[in-house]
Amino acid sequence: MVSIKDIDNIKNYLKGDIIETEIKSATRATVTIKKDALIRAADYLFNKLKLRFIIASALDSKKGFEIYYHFSNDFSGLVANLHVILPKEKPEVESLTGLFEAANWIEREMHEILGINFLGHPNLEKLISEGNWAKGVYPYRN
Amino acid sequence: MSKIIPIGPYHPLQEEPELFKLYCDGEIVKDIKWETGYNHRGIERLSESKTFDQAFFLVERICGICSTSHPFAFANCMDEIAGVEIPDRAKYIRSIIGELERIHSHLLWVGLAGHFLGYNTVFMWAWKYREPILDLFEIITGNRNSYAMFKIGGVRRDIEEHKIPGIQKVLDSFKKKNDLLTGAVMDDPVIHARTKGVGILTKEDIINYAAVGPTARASDVAIDVRKDDPYAAYPLVNWKVITAKGCDVFAKAEVRLLEMYESISIIEQCLDGLKKTKEGDIEVEVREVPAGYGTGHAEAPRGEVFHFVVTNGSNYPVRHKVRAPSYVNIATFKKSCVGQTITDATISLAAVDPCYCCTERMAYAYDYNTRDKILNGEDILKLSHKKTEEIRKKL
Repeated sequence: MVSIKDIDNIKNYLKGDIIETEIKSATRATVTIKKDALIRAADYLFNKLKLRFIIASALDSKKGFEIYYHFSNDFSGLVANLHVILPKEKPEVESLTGLFEAANWIEREMHEILGINFLGHPNLEKLISEGNWAKGVYPYRN
Repeated sequence: MSKIIPIGPYHPLQEEPELFKLYCDGEIVKDIKWETGYNHRGIERLSESKTFDQAFFLVERICGICSTSHPFAFANCMDEIAGVEIPDRAKYIRSIIGELERIHSHLLWVGLAGHFLGYNTVFMWAWKYREPILDLFEIITGNRNSYAMFKIGGVRRDIEEHKIPGIQKVLDSFKKKNDLLTGAVMDDPVIHARTKGVGILTKEDIINYAAVGPTARASDVAIDVRKDDPYAAYPLVNWKVITAKGCDVFAKAEVRLLEMYESISIIEQCLDGLKKTKEGDIEVEVREVPAGYGTGHAEAPRGEVFHFVVTNGSNYPVRHKVRAPSYVNIATFKKSCVGQTITDATISLAAVDPCYCCTERMAYAYDYNTRDKILNGEDILKLSHKKTEEIRKKL
C-alpha cells in the first residue's frame, strides 16, 4: 500500500528537481517538479510505486501553461498530482506515452486545446476537433 | 482482399458519435482506428462561465444515462475544496441515488448486449425490469433522469420516511426478477459460446490503458473508488467489490449482474441508515469556496469518473477538467477487437458499455478499392444473430 509518506520520499529520489511538495490531506498530495524531470518522476510513480494514471489536466494561468498529471493508488485512496509549469513562449515537455499507453489521447487533447508540444509522442494529431478547426487557434488559451 | 468496416459516426454501440474503422482481412479484424470529436460540446470551457451551483446542472448533462455520476464526482471535488463534511443523511441519499443508477445502467447494458447477440428475450426482460427503477427515481427526485439532487455540502431533496416502504417494495420485487435474469444469462450455453474467450483484455492491458470499472474488474483488477477512496455512505455499509477472472465479455456480464445484488444490499442498508438520522438534515451551508484546487472521483456504472477543479476564490471555476470512464475504456478496443472476427466485434465494442445516447445508425461495410457498400449496420447485426443461431442449432 502506497501512503502519503512514499510521495514525500520522492524528494530523495529527485533531489534538486523538486520545486515544491504540498501535502493537502492524508490522501492528497501535489509535487511540483522541473519539467526536465517529468519522465523520471512519472516513471517512479507508475513503475516503482505502481500507481494508476488517471488523467492529466492542463490550464493557462499567469505562471504559464500548467499541467497536473493525476495518479492514484487503488488500495489507499491516494491521489498524487505531478505538477509542471511550462513557459508560454515555448510550451514543450516530454511525452509519457513511452511509459503507458493511457497518456496517448490526453496528450493529443492538451496539444489541441492549449498548443502544448509533447516531444516523442507517436501521433500528435487532433483528437476532438477533427477537420475544419483553424490552425494555430487554441480554444482553452486565455 | 483487405476491407475497411466503419462503425459510426452514429451507431447504437457508442455513447457519442465516434467513427471506428475496422481493417479486416476476410472475416478477421486486423487493426482498428477511430475518429472522435463529432459532438464535442466544450463542457469544460462552458463550466468556467457557470457558478458552482449552475455547474452541477451542466455536468449532469454530460452523460444521458448515468446522469448522477458526474455531479457525484463534482460534489466530492467541491466538498474537498470547501473543506466540508456533509451530514450522514445526505451521504445515505447520495449513495441511494448512485446505486439505483448503477442498477438501471447495468440493466440497460445487459439488455443491449442480449440484443447484439440475437438474444432478444434478455433484451425485453432487462428493459422491462428497468422501468420500475426509473419510476422510483421519479418518486424520489421528480425525474426519471437528470435528477438534480446534488449540491455543494449535501443534497437538494430529502427522502421522507413515508416513501421508504414503497422503495423497499420495488426492491423486493426487483430481486426476484434479477434472479431470473441472472439465471438466463449465466446458465445459457449459447451465451457462453458467444461471449467466453471473446474480447480478451489481460491484467497488463488494463494497467497499460488505465481502464476502470467493470472493464477492469472483469480482468481481476479489483479497483473500485467506492472501496479504495471511500466517499458518501459507502464506508458506513457492508458490501464487497465484485471481480471475475475471465477477462472476456462473459466476465464483464458476470461482474455487472452480480454488482446489481451488491447495489440492492447497499440501498437497503442506506434506507435503514435514513431511519436513524433526522429528517431534513441534508446539507451544510457553504458560503464561500476558497482559492485552491481539488480532485474528486466517484465510481459510475462504467468506472471511475474524475473531476479536477481549480478555483480562485470567486464563484466560478478557473479550470474544470472532467474525465469520463469511457475515455480510457474505449482505447482498449485496440486490444479487445484485433484478431477477432467481425461477428464478435459488435459485442466486443459493446462490452465496455459505452453509453447509448445516440440512436442514429450509420454503419456499413464497403470495399476498400471500389468503395461499394457491402454491408450496412443491420447486416452486421444480422451476421452476429446468424452466428448465435448456428451455435444454438449445434447444441
